[in-house]
Parts: sequence; structure tokens; C-alpha cells
Amino acid sequence: MSDQRQSRQPVLQLERLVRTHGSGATEVHALRGIDLSVHPGELVAVMGPSGSGKSTLLTLAGGLDTPSSGRVLVEGTDITAASRKQLAALRRRSIGYVFQDYNLIPALTAAENVALPRELDGTSARKARASALAALEEMGLGALADRFPDEMSGGQQQRVAIARALVGDRRLVLADEPTGALDSETGESVLALLRSRCDAGAAGILVTHEPRFAAWADRVVFLRDGSVVDETLRSHADSLLSGQAGGQ
Amino acid sequence: MSIRHGLLALLERGPRYGSQLRTEFESRTGSTWPLNVGQVYTTLARLERDGLVAPDGEDAAGHTLYAITDTGRTELREWYERPVDRANPPRDELSIKLAMAVGAPGVDIRAVIQSQRHATIRAMQDYTRLKATALAAVESGQSRERDDVAWLLVLEQLIFQTEAEARWLDHCEARLVRLSLPADRRAAAPEPPQAAAETTAPTTTDRPRTARTRRA
Repeated sequence: MSDQRQSRQPVLQLERLVRTHGSGATEVHALRGIDLSVHPGELVAVMGPSGSGKSTLLTLAGGLDTPSSGRVLVEGTDITAASRKQLAALRRRSIGYVFQDYNLIPALTAAENVALPRELDGTSARKARASALAALEEMGLGALADRFPDEMSGGQQQRVAIARALVGDRRLVLADEPTGALDSETGESVLALLRSRCDAGAAGILVTHEPRFAAWADRVVFLRDGSVVDETLRSHADSLLSGQAGGQ
Repeated sequence: MSIRHGLLALLERGPRYGSQLRTEFESRTGSTWPLNVGQVYTTLARLERDGLVAPDGEDAAGHTLYAITDTGRTELREWYERPVDRANPPRDELSIKLAMAVGAPGVDIRAVIQSQRHATIRAMQDYTRLKATALAAVESGQSRERDDVAWLLVLEQLIFQTEAEARWLDHCEARLVRLSLPADRRAAAPEPPQAAAETTAPTTTDRPRTARTRRA
């Protein structure tokens, strides 16, 4: 995380991204030319009704699906032009996912789950474990290191999943309804962690239909029928309630 | 109104003078509802007229102090115990605006909804930032506790309020889309979520056949 402010190059760039399913009469335009950049330190929320293209956007950004046209650049590399091998390496090294249902491996402890992507990437087991422990510690999850997923609450599992998404040098986290299975208070704590990881230099995309969780983001992008219809920027909070920020 | 009771609540902790009450009211509610000194003195005069407070001498600097009376204490207890009156809902500009926009010539109600949603979410982003700061201050324990906790509660109320507004806007949009469909297709379209509890507006219900094949 030490190189966080080193570069202002976007971690993720989507360029005129189009995804069409089927053809002819059954053709569905899931995305109709999306442009979006996410910089280090930035959390972007994507909102929109069901079917607006939110999840399609995330699967394309993570290289889990291929666009019909347009480009996806992750730290400058066009993943739509990458070989399968390059893509797999990029997914191990650069891109972390957080899913609604956590997707931790039940037979592995928290530390082993977090270490796994690094081990798969060829890091020695000892080094991978050390970086996993460091990642957990940094997020205040050190006490959970040797627990198995079924020994943790949903909120704890999701926080471990965030640690796994951002272990090592990975700086891009793609979160698909990460709070969907959590109660409101726990969901809030997961969002607070995601926010703090972005404040520490990661870049994140959060797909959610919950306005209260989207409000943790720096920018909120509204999708409708596969297009961006609107986008908010965070204003300086002080302007909203004058004289407040100084009162803390 | 709540300024009356707010001042009574502050006076329950001991006699105070006007501008002091104003400062304390604002620090408790994070200046969300700013008061001017004039309002404070007008309210104090009414409270005195109603026998809920009484003048209580002057402090060393010559400020007139007010103290809560026994009647005032009883009124305050009752206020805490009594639910807030909903018999006369406050006028809500947004509700009125949308009500007027339905069928208004030359008005794209979906654009009205989106521009409000933009502003509402943006306000939520701001409140959430402030909340994160306030929460950090409270949790680190380095705060003047009572005021910081009170401010946090007020902020969270603002967040819930804007959230309800955002959900309602989603709902309005879905409702309008659904009502604009021809009757035969309307029957096939799913009902917009009444409580908006689990999902946002299925605006794509104007394409029920394709919606099923999409992910999101």
C-alpha cells in the first residue's frame, strides 16, 4: 500500500464498452457504450434498476466476460486483448472480487483463504501466509486468522473476503452487492472497511441497489438500460452543513 | 414546536441565559437547525408566559438567567413520553412537485425524478462522510461525548430520511413505467415493490421478455 499515491493513472478504464447478448429479434443490449475510469483512492458506486447492466459491467471489468466491443484497461493493460494466460495472471495479481455470498473456501482458514491467490501466483507458502496475516492485521481482522468460514459471522467473512481481494499488490476491488446478505449495521461496517481500503489507495467499484451503501462512494453512477444516465460527484461536505466539520 | 421542548430539555440541567441556550442547542444537533438569538428569546418569553420557565436572577456578567419550573419539568417528561404528532404531516416540497408533475404539459417526470435522485444521493454521500468522521471521533473516545453522540444520531436520521426519499423516487419511477404500459403487458409486468425492501425499481419491466435474460 506504500505506493498508493505514486501514479494518477486510472487503475481501471472502461472505453466505449458494449455487450450484446444474442442477435436478431432476441438481441439484448446489456451495455451500450460505457466510459468509466476509476483512480487509486477512489470508490465508485454503480446503481440502477435490475437489468440496467450493473453486473455485466462488473464481470467485464474483471475479465470474467468479453465485451462485444470497447476496451477494458486494468493498470494500463487491455484485458480484452490479453491471452488467457495473461488474463489469468492479471486476475490473480491485480483484480480482487467481493461477492454477495463471500465465496470463501470452507475447508481453509481465513489466513489460508487470503493467502490462496498469492500461492496460486507462485509465491512461497510461507511468504503468502505472511502477507495474508499482514493484510488481515491491517484491517483489524488479525484475531480471525485461524478461523474457518463457518466459525465466523457473515460480516466477518465478508471482511476477510475484502482482505483476500486486496492482498499483496492488488489495487482493484470489484464488489457485487457485498452487503446483500448482511443486516444493515453489519453491512455498514463492511462498507466502512471498503471505504478505508480505498482511502488507503485501492480503487473500487461497488455495485449496489442500496442508496445508503452507495453513499459511501466518491462517485455514484446511475445506469439505465445499459447506459450511464447520470453521475454524482461528492461535494465538499462542509458546504452542506456550514460550520460543521470544524465542530468535530 | 420542538424548539420549546429543546430549550426546556437544556434548562433541566440548570439555569441558563439566552445565547448560551442557542449555543448548546446547536452543538447538540450539529447546527442542523440553526437558531437565532431572537427565536430563543421569543420562545423563552412564551415559556415564561405559560409558566414553564421563570427568570432566575443574573450571572456575574449580567445575563438574565432562566430556570425550568415544576410545570416545565412535567411538560418535558410528557414530551419525551409522547410520540411525535403525525396528524398534520409537514408540507413536503418534493411530494408536491411530483404530484404537480404528473401529466403536466412539457414536463418529463422521469427527468424530474432523476435530477432529484442525483441531489438526494449526493446529500447522502455528504452526510455519510460527516457520519464517518463523527463516528471515528466517538469511537476513539476523545470527544465531548454527549454532544458528539447526539450529533451522530441527528446525522443518521438525515441519512435515513434521504434514503427513504431515494427509495421512494425509485418506486415512483417504477410505478409510472408500469402504469404507462398497455393493459395486457401491465398484467405480465411484476408489481413494483411496495415496501421497496429488497430491490429497487424494475424499470426494465417495459421489456418483460428480455429482462429475464439479463443479469444485473
